[in-house]
Amino acid sequence: MQADNVETDWAALVQRVRDHQDKAAFAALFRHFAPRVKAFLMKSGADAGLAEECAQDVMATLWQKAHLFDPARASVATWVFTIARNKRIDALRKARRAEPEDLPWGPEPEPDQAEVLEAQQETDKLGQALAQLPEKQRALIERAFYGDLSHSEIATETGLPLGTIKSRIRLALDRLRQQMS
Amino acid sequence: MTIKHHLSDQLLMAYSAGDLPEAFNLVAATHISLCDECRARLAAFDALGGAVLEDTDAVDVSEASLAACLDRIENLPQATHRQPLRRAGCFPAPLADYVGGGPDAVKWRNLGMGVKQAILRTGRDASARLLYIPAGQAVPDHGHRGLELTLVLQGAFRDETARFGRGDLEIADEAVEHTPVAEEGEVCICLAATDAPLRFNAIIPRLAQPFLRI
Repeated sequence: MQADNVETDWAALVQRVRDHQDKAAFAALFRHFAPRVKAFLMKSGADAGLAEECAQDVMATLWQKAHLFDPARASVATWVFTIARNKRIDALRKARRAEPEDLPWGPEPEPDQAEVLEAQQETDKLGQALAQLPEKQRALIERAFYGDLSHSEIATETGLPLGTIKSRIRLALDRLRQQMS
Repeated sequence: MTIKHHLSDQLLMAYSAGDLPEAFNLVAATHISLCDECRARLAAFDALGGAVLEDTDAVDVSEASLAACLDRIENLPQATHRQPLRRAGCFPAPLADYVGGGPDAVKWRNLGMGVKQAILRTGRDASARLLYIPAGQAVPDHGHRGLELTLVLQGAFRDETARFGRGDLEIADEAVEHTPVAEEGEVCICLAATDAPLRFNAIIPRLAQPFLRI
């Protein structure tokens, strides 16, 4: 598969899948994310065959739930991660995962572009910061997300800019609560 | 509603990563349903999960796999808009989903002194139960062998360290030996999860323990 262009606007591709069932857009998403989801699931202990089948499942879920994706709240990678994580719990651990209550803040048909850009920039910064961590520290974080650590083994001093993402989401939640009241 | 006692970073990251036992997942999801602060913190940890996924060295996936996936999509049932889970009484949606309703739907069992409990069906690595404690009544004095999470859904309790009202989560480990007492005024209902059996210090509850599965 060809090298990925880091500037690809994945969120726009998801919107094309949502609005036009665009198979070319989906193929681009698949070629980028399916190999990563497969690798992620193999790191979590699945063999190559099961991981590939689950990766197809994850990507089919992306197609099916494209209308639920909100680029002002999360990057496509984050959204795909949550689908893959749930698939892992479901298929590999055969366990049930309770999810928080949905909020009445479905994606806007035309999300605020400034917010989308802000979310994108934060995600990029977080990715860069993760890549710059000392190897040992990064490996611990990766193992936690591959499902390889128990909750008591997780170290949370990540030294990563998570506070900015939290603050932005918190502000959006406060706005939502005001609109509702 | 002002929530003062939250999920720790460790628990939130473990919930985001999918590393928690089922009973703790239930407590985390129920607390987050009541707590915007923790919902926002969870979103930040999910973003970290996204960064890890993006950073994972890709392995080979063939074009045939893409074709198979597109075939699968062709045959998907019409996307059904899942009915969003609903709250029931003081139970946020994820808990109401486990119980099949609100406090009225719970099959309570008496523990004596008006205290009741109901054990919820979760995976074996940790257990979850609902507690019903009459106003002014003490929860049997107990210590902890593992980690215990107690989330208040109605009323409030106090122990030696603090007051816990609706939405507040107490995180207790081996170091905590406490006597929670329900506040006067309203029945206190809590969701508790532990990865070890509770150890009761009072004689009667200890004798009863094998029969009560606690």
